[in-house]
Amino acid sequence: MNLSVSLAGVTLKNPVMTASGTFGSGEEYSEFFDLGRLGAVVTKGVANVPWPGNPTPRVAETCGGMLNAIGLQNPGIDVFVNRDIPFLKKFDTRIIVNVCGKTTEDYEEVVERLAEEPVDLLEINISCPNVKEGGIAFGQDPRAAEAITRAVKKKAKQPVIMKLSPNVTNIGDMARAVEAGGADAVSLINTLTGMKIDIHKRCFALANKTGGLSGPAIKPVAVRMVYEAAHAVSLPVIGMGGIMSGEDALEFILAGARAVSVGTATFHDPRAALKVADGIRAYMERYGVEDINELVGAVDQ
Amino acid sequence: MAKRKERARVLSQESLAPGIYSMWIETGIADEAVPGQFVSLYSKDGARLLPRPISICQLEKGRLRLVYRVAGAGTEEFSAYGAGDGIEVLGPLGNGFPLEEARGKRALLIGGGIGVPPMLETGKALSGEDFAFVMGWRDGNLFLKKDFEAAGALFAATEDGSFGVKGNVLDAVRENGLAADVIFACGPAPMLRAIKAYAKEKGIRAWISMEERMACGVGACLACVCGSKDVDSHSHVHNKRVCKDGPVFAAEEVEI
Repeated sequence: MNLSVSLAGVTLKNPVMTASGTFGSGEEYSEFFDLGRLGAVVTKGVANVPWPGNPTPRVAETCGGMLNAIGLQNPGIDVFVNRDIPFLKKFDTRIIVNVCGKTTEDYEEVVERLAEEPVDLLEINISCPNVKEGGIAFGQDPRAAEAITRAVKKKAKQPVIMKLSPNVTNIGDMARAVEAGGADAVSLINTLTGMKIDIHKRCFALANKTGGLSGPAIKPVAVRMVYEAAHAVSLPVIGMGGIMSGEDALEFILAGARAVSVGTATFHDPRAALKVADGIRAYMERYGVEDINELVGAVDQ
Repeated sequence: MAKRKERARVLSQESLAPGIYSMWIETGIADEAVPGQFVSLYSKDGARLLPRPISICQLEKGRLRLVYRVAGAGTEEFSAYGAGDGIEVLGPLGNGFPLEEARGKRALLIGGGIGVPPMLETGKALSGEDFAFVMGWRDGNLFLKKDFEAAGALFAATEDGSFGVKGNVLDAVRENGLAADVIFACGPAPMLRAIKAYAKEKGIRAWISMEERMACGVGACLACVCGSKDVDSHSHVHNKRVCKDGPVFAAEEVEI
């Protein structure tokens, strides 16, 4: 039985990875399982310099999900290169570095710094709803998305995944734009912008007022968008958004995702990503599927 | 102190005061935990994804006691559990109080509101040392009072004056003339802020247990940060993680 998949020429032992921002750089969760059992670890976004992030409270639970407005707190590329990459190299898994920035130059600087590092893929975050500059500014306009993709691709030594925002009218247009810019893959969805109000204190639940909604509550939206993106472009698609189980992951794969990311589920169970991989394996055994790639986009075939 | 998530068994549940419950659970986490640490409890309702962090009140071999306030639907659910029920628990989490800093010195263990429970095991661990409890309750619902009296000298404050000094925990410290070299404290932010100022004024070393909204509980998501004087080890900014670097911090180290 084959679970390995290929993303822009990089082979993953299985299609399950972590969603950026939910797994740090893996250190905290390495206490719970061998990271080498994952197809890839996707790190929390890293910028050219340390970012302090947003005021607290930064998270709030919602029905079947949660809101977050961390604001991309991160140690910056220097610490990341010296501490986090060597740590991840100890495990037999692929390393995907999520890159964030406020300006095109910020993204370029991080990508250049990573050029000689043992990193397998880059994921460019143009979809964080919680920072005022950069991030989402590139992710809601097709021309801006194409331009940042092109700029990053000029500097990047590794294949580039563009991470798309669901907070757009037409996800197909965004996928086509980054494909035109030279992207090697797309990942989606990032969080949906939301708000929660504490009616007793009559205040916002998050200090940032708005935050990104994640968790199983958003899964049907994510599956639909993955399906649309997969039909809009010929690039490999990495699907995510509320995956809690192997069954959830299979919906994304059947919709057209070649790999999947597990995010918020990890807060519910530190071993969630492993369980998703096990669930995919069990499904393949049950239905006699020899190769996971047979299932990619196989809905209604 | 390896963290783990496991299915624990509820041994008992009782209401100590309106909205305050005491639950003993059977779990191996108890054998690795230290005073001032916490565990996270998971709801059985899939619509409530995030674990609820709850401080450890008492530790015994193979079991631990959680005394908690019902603050919403999640803790309401826990309060309905009875002996024999299963409960998913993650722990031990956080750092705990630096007990060695109190040994051979005069220590005050101060708790207020739902910050009262973790000071019980902290005091038990300092048995034989020169310490006193100073506990602040809202009213005459003096949950855990007998447990504290059995574990050491207890001074109390209540907001309505129904027991001990009328006022807050620092009023109790002053009115009882309690001197100290070291303070360990857990309670609401205004109390911790006042203790930080008091400790600075008196030249006392104080450690305070902080609270913040959490998601992962293990230091990965960076939700529960607090402003810190020094650059933090994780992000190299000035944001320490309450769940991993804390919840107990040297008072002068954190902004509150």
